[in-house]
Amino acid sequence: MSYRTAKELQEEAESLLNEYSARAATLKVKERQKIPSQDMPVQDPELRSHNMEEVALGYSFEQAQVEAYRCLQCAKKNCMEGCPVKIDIPRFIDHIAKGEIEQAIAVVKQTTLLPAVCGRVCPQEKQCQLHCTLGKSLKDIDSSVAIGRLERFVADWERINDKIVIPSVKPATGKKVAVVGSGPAGLVVAADCRREGHHVTIFEAFHKLGGVLRYGIPEFRLPNDIIDKEIETLAAMGVEIKANFVVGRTRKLTDLIDKDGYDAVFIGTGAGLPVFMGIEGENLIGVFAANEYLTRINLMKAFDRKADTPIYPSKNVAVLGGGNVAMDAARMAKRLGAEKVFVVYRRGEAEMPARKEEVLHAREEGVEFLLLKNAKKILGDESGRVNGIECVQYELGEPDASGRRSPVQIPGSEFILDVDTVIVAVGNGSNPLISQTTPQLAVNKRGNITVDETQQTSMKRIFAGGDIVLGAATVILAMGEGRRSAASINAMLAEEV
Amino acid sequence: MNNILFKQQLSQDVFLMRIHAPLIAEERQAGQFIILQTDDDYGERIPLTIADADTVEGSITIIFQVVGKTTKHLATFNVGDELPALLGPLGKPTHIENFGRAVCVCGGIGVAPMHPIAQALKKAGNHVTIIIGARTKELVILEEQMRVIADELIICTDDGSAGIKALVTAPLKELCERETKPDIVIAIGPPVMMKFCSETTRPYNVFTQVSLNTIMVDGTGMCGGCRVNVGKEVKFVCVDGPEFDGHLVDFDNMMARLSAYKDIERTHYKCFVEKAYNNSLKEEAL
Repeated sequence: MSYRTAKELQEEAESLLNEYSARAATLKVKERQKIPSQDMPVQDPELRSHNMEEVALGYSFEQAQVEAYRCLQCAKKNCMEGCPVKIDIPRFIDHIAKGEIEQAIAVVKQTTLLPAVCGRVCPQEKQCQLHCTLGKSLKDIDSSVAIGRLERFVADWERINDKIVIPSVKPATGKKVAVVGSGPAGLVVAADCRREGHHVTIFEAFHKLGGVLRYGIPEFRLPNDIIDKEIETLAAMGVEIKANFVVGRTRKLTDLIDKDGYDAVFIGTGAGLPVFMGIEGENLIGVFAANEYLTRINLMKAFDRKADTPIYPSKNVAVLGGGNVAMDAARMAKRLGAEKVFVVYRRGEAEMPARKEEVLHAREEGVEFLLLKNAKKILGDESGRVNGIECVQYELGEPDASGRRSPVQIPGSEFILDVDTVIVAVGNGSNPLISQTTPQLAVNKRGNITVDETQQTSMKRIFAGGDIVLGAATVILAMGEGRRSAASINAMLAEEV
Repeated sequence: MNNILFKQQLSQDVFLMRIHAPLIAEERQAGQFIILQTDDDYGERIPLTIADADTVEGSITIIFQVVGKTTKHLATFNVGDELPALLGPLGKPTHIENFGRAVCVCGGIGVAPMHPIAQALKKAGNHVTIIIGARTKELVILEEQMRVIADELIICTDDGSAGIKALVTAPLKELCERETKPDIVIAIGPPVMMKFCSETTRPYNVFTQVSLNTIMVDGTGMCGGCRVNVGKEVKFVCVDGPEFDGHLVDFDNMMARLSAYKDIERTHYKCFVEKAYNNSLKEEAL
């Protein structure tokens, strides 16, 4: 797939719209199958690899409508099964096809409060779009209806046109809910509990809200003003926000209930603890956890000359890992002026956990992929600064427990990669702070909080969800857990009235 | 709101501030620290230990030395000004018990975090010896407060302008050689001082606890920037520490890692000072 400008895509959409709009409602399946999938317009790769602006520009009205024509409006809504928050997908797409954007966003917002976020960062190809009948009939998942892009379109339309409707809140119940952590899970719980009329307080350790949405995902993939808008909506609903507050330390978890009178607590502290590879040289100067690297830039604006937070000056960067975080770090390094950026991943491209689109974008921006290779040892100079990594070549063997073909080292294939910066992006463990300061809270071997099917922890009135329960997962799965937790909290509090 | 309630300049570059932070004052224990920002949009996050707290006033006391842009900026804050971001208390509290004989070795600004620890050790029934080291007389801080706590107080200066002319390791060695050698040594100060204190006590097999102050971003176990080698393990200072067994800490690696951003930090500091200077010139001209 080669790069096409927004103008080219728009011209194509306008001509398709001319062709189909008059009989849009009566299109046959065969005709719908023929309409080409609308590509997402993106910034020119050369340009965007030097700026922080959002890469994907979003569908135009015409593109969205043409894409909506492709939806077969199946009686059995398979796509919905893949959606952790169960958006009524065919219904909102039908509204777009009819040009009724206001109605479309209203449908989406019945089940999610963060459509602008989900439309951007959900792994749609592994969720809703995986089950799309159109994609299946064309035997190509990339030909599924672009549900995520349509979701983003309606959410952006609402925001840009100042049509955001503040969800209504039921009369005050006098009950108080504490939400620990303001990432995707916490935001959902706050909204859902507030809607029921409970007083909700969000506690966030950082000075700004959003959790991983803010510190982890770069602005070129999820602009901060979109997160700000979502938080504004919560505040307008009457959710109380306490930043610079680390539950477990500023206040003990149990004190929130015993002393501060909260009737329920939701823990959504995420999977923050960076995992390292355990190889030699990982503590040299110039080796960073992706979390540190991205937080300095995303949250602390280290890319900006005005910012005090320094960023390490890099010429040649190696990113270890193959997930979305690795892509974010690699693309960020490029934007900060690195000449060469390598992604070192021990399996092949097919096994990469990152979204296909992110890999494609990284490639377009000049990130080089060293597949079937892994770092064995990080090398440093006499002052302790990174000056290379010793890598080793792999081949794919039999499938392992994860179902992916397992990488096998090729003896004697070692080589040295000349880099001055190494970013480790091989995953995160659970944040230890709450369990450390609340020993009575049950956690599993990996430090994840254990919950029952209602998301309740081993402690009364205390619920948990998102990555602190799942281990490092996705934004939408965290939101699904948040939704379930809020329902349990609301049910518990309703019984007590 | 985290207003500054009191500010005092202890020496040319050292400042004491009491900041309104009732929740932190209530929860904090000896050994813990805070992270603050002087600007919540463009500022950096710096960790500072809590020197004292007053639950009645609802305040915590910090003592800091101007070393870079953010501490320089912080020093320009006055009574009534509000700190844009303050998080704490962070880190594991110091383990306090009646060890018997405790020796507290503080270097320079390290006296500040040592103060609550020495207090707690004394309260727990320990015999407390305090060694304060500083470059010169005017950099010796909290002497009177420490004298109240200490069973024995030794002051060392590099130039001999106060106390004895020696490094803190000299009296420390002497104490280790006594028949009643220390049961625990706690050292807080510049990394190089903590390293040599640990080396001094090592041959005498006296447990030596150090309090590390590494580069941190979030302070809650998320960024991994504060990692240090302790024995054969990698530890995060913010959640596993800040206190560790000094005989196991790889100080050389830690000191190297502290210098990661040295050049950039120096530039930021210089720009800030020049800007402040230029602004004051402009004001004078007006």
